[in-house]
Amino acid sequence: MNLLEVRDLSISFGRRRVVDRVSFSVGAGEKLALVGESGSGKTVTALSTLRLLEGARLEGSVRFEGREVLAMDPEELHALRGNEIAVIFQEPMTALNPVMTIGAQIVEAIRLHRSATLPQARELAIEGLRGVGVAEPERRVDSYPHQLSGGQRQRAMIAMALACEPRLLIADEPTTALDVSIRHQILDLLDALRRERNLAILMITHDLNLVRRFADRVAVMERGVLVEQGETARIMQAPEHPYTRKLIDSRAAREVGEPGKGRLLEGRDVRVDFPVPRPGIQGWFSKGRFTAVQGATFDLAPGETLGVIGESGSGKTSLALALLDLVAATGEIKLEGQSWAGLGAAQKRDLRSRMQVVFQDPFSSLSPRLTIQQIVGEGLEIHEPSLGPEARRARVMRALEDVGLIEEGRTEPLLDRYPHEFSGGQRQRIAIARALIVDPRVVVLDEPTSSLDVTIQKQVLQLLAQLQRRHGLAYVLVTHDIDVVRAMAHRVLVMKDGQVVEAGPVDQVLTHPRSEYTKELMLA
Amino acid sequence: MTEGASQNPWRRAWRRFKANRMGYRSLQAFLVLFCLSLFAEVLSNDKPLLVRYEGRWYVPIVRNHPETTFGGDFLTPTDYLDPFIREQLARPGNFAVFPPNHYHHGTINYFSREPNPAPPSRENWLGTDDRGRDLAARLLYGFRLSVLFALAVTVVCTLMGVVYGAIQGYFAGWTDIAMERLVEIWGAMPTLYLLIIFSAFFSPSVGLLVALISAFGWLGIAAYVRAEFLKNRTLDYVRAAKALGQRNRVIIFRHILPNSLTPVITLVPFEMAGAIGALTSLDFLGLGVPPGTPSLGELLAQGKNNLDAWWISVATFLVLVVTLVLLILVGDALRDALDPRKEIAEEAP
Repeated sequence: MNLLEVRDLSISFGRRRVVDRVSFSVGAGEKLALVGESGSGKTVTALSTLRLLEGARLEGSVRFEGREVLAMDPEELHALRGNEIAVIFQEPMTALNPVMTIGAQIVEAIRLHRSATLPQARELAIEGLRGVGVAEPERRVDSYPHQLSGGQRQRAMIAMALACEPRLLIADEPTTALDVSIRHQILDLLDALRRERNLAILMITHDLNLVRRFADRVAVMERGVLVEQGETARIMQAPEHPYTRKLIDSRAAREVGEPGKGRLLEGRDVRVDFPVPRPGIQGWFSKGRFTAVQGATFDLAPGETLGVIGESGSGKTSLALALLDLVAATGEIKLEGQSWAGLGAAQKRDLRSRMQVVFQDPFSSLSPRLTIQQIVGEGLEIHEPSLGPEARRARVMRALEDVGLIEEGRTEPLLDRYPHEFSGGQRQRIAIARALIVDPRVVVLDEPTSSLDVTIQKQVLQLLAQLQRRHGLAYVLVTHDIDVVRAMAHRVLVMKDGQVVEAGPVDQVLTHPRSEYTKELMLA
Repeated sequence: MTEGASQNPWRRAWRRFKANRMGYRSLQAFLVLFCLSLFAEVLSNDKPLLVRYEGRWYVPIVRNHPETTFGGDFLTPTDYLDPFIREQLARPGNFAVFPPNHYHHGTINYFSREPNPAPPSRENWLGTDDRGRDLAARLLYGFRLSVLFALAVTVVCTLMGVVYGAIQGYFAGWTDIAMERLVEIWGAMPTLYLLIIFSAFFSPSVGLLVALISAFGWLGIAAYVRAEFLKNRTLDYVRAAKALGQRNRVIIFRHILPNSLTPVITLVPFEMAGAIGALTSLDFLGLGVPPGTPSLGELLAQGKNNLDAWWISVATFLVLVVTLVLLILVGDALRDALDPRKEIAEEAP
């Protein structure tokens, strides 16, 4: 008999049905991955096996060891949750209580289901932390979540989830919030624990690389429907459903052209420092310094893409903002021989029209109370104020055609719509149109695809490559994703802790990485 | 992309507000009451709206005429409630159209058959207060004064709070620190003492009260606006506007301000309810509006002093409760309508 048996499960919120007749099962000691893009219903499906969703109507059947979860009373549910099925969440910083030590939280989890005295429970907590590979568990047990690194926090959360020796662990994107170098450690840990305890793991993820490496079986969900399931190797090699094929095929192909000659943008020893408050009275009089970028040097030719790759906190975004003069920087940044330093307001504005930016999150990068026409047309208003309303409208239309949001010649009432009426991919196209309308030479792309679904990522990267060839644009592409660099960049800058650890042409860096850190990144 | 007509975010919030029946009905009821009270002079007055006397037309509500006009003996303004004048106006050919309630808020009913305060009767629907003034008239005018007062206070407070908070939040840093210390010092002033001191220096007036209450009422709004500005100034769309070379002024007014107003709008009904409460309690203590002004607080004080005249306290209490409950229901519905989580829930495809 399977440990978890889900049959014809439907989930609705109000009148909206988000999951439609999903069936799957997980056997003891098995690793099943539930794969899908955002909004596919994978998380609600998993959480509904514990009935953790508020206000959801569940139909169908969820059986755990033959018992019907949907028919359980609160007492039985309580005995099930945490004790037999445990959950670990994506973001350990928000899933752990910040004002309790991790030891106290694990002790609490243990004492909910086991009759143990406080000292006994504490011993169990220390054992648990040791079991998940936390160094010095006797000391760490009294740490608060903020005192731990991201990887340690995730380990602490796993220890908490496993404290009562559950039979099934639901892992909701367990590695998405972690840096690539730590991801593998956490996956290896989960696999080791599974072998040790015959634990079944239901992994929710959008990352196919992860699935390939980790899961025994895969279930693919699209808009609330389970479209395909089967052995991982079979699905990866011979996907049957077109959506699965699309997902697997979502790695963007390299379609970039050859860079031109010359030097469009140059950075010499660019440094970014942020003032940070010192603790106590001292902080009233002097500020400390945090160096986000120390000494980045690079050149960029027309039509060329410089990939800046690094993990969170590596200083890559600070470097991007410094190029745009949005944060103060020292060193030299020159665009077509002109530097930001010492420019008056009018000259600065002129320089800004030649260097534009596209941000990561298209949901926060468009002003929510302006129409598309106002958003895209804002640059024209600043840089070409003499343009009449008709001409401006035509230019906005042309920019939207350029980014493929509207087909040529078709006039849709698109211009008077608001950002919330568009999907993530469409919004990112609008953001690109806003940048391109002022005819920039350089566009800074700050993680342009990382908040988009994988199938959309590919389209946006293709569009960016097209635009580069069409307009001879130079890109500064900031990303943490080595696949994006592989598809787009001509040259690479690898950053770690504010320092450039490696720089060079993309082939050289990716095929013969010199620094240890780059090698680690390549493994992801 | 969703199908159908495009909707501006404010319009969507308004649609969500309308979907909340309780809140929407409360707003309608409040507006009806307020509009009626704006026409208080036509609804409750001791002067007729129109008089025909010996073949001539008079409009006493606009221009008063001496008693001699209507056959009286004196040159004093006509008292239309005087039985003699009534008799004159009732003669064949003459007539007078009175407002539904025959009393102004200051009119004393000299012809009451009962001692003051008189219980409800056919002449005085809700009875009279301890000086023989019609209670219904005083409540109507008192309600109007309270709401107008609250509107004035709210407008002044909101403007001051938004401007102050916006400057603090947008420029941040030292500007913010200095202005925040000022707010703290200002907020630590004992408001009630100041009111008592001011009422000793100046002759009491509604304008003075608006100034004093507003002077301390904007602090809360400024705090909200400051926080919103601090948050919104770091958002990507503000950065994108800066990268385009947009001017500070335009960034503030076009990009940040409209997205920072949600808490301000949500606060407006509560702010109004608070102002009405403040005015009422000051009047109750006798520190409020000048004597003779129709005021709910003064009526409550009368009710306390004349416990046997139950109609004073009960009627005043009901007017206050209905007003405040309506405002709070509107505020609740507004808060729900502008809740960012609901906006996101609606956005989800």
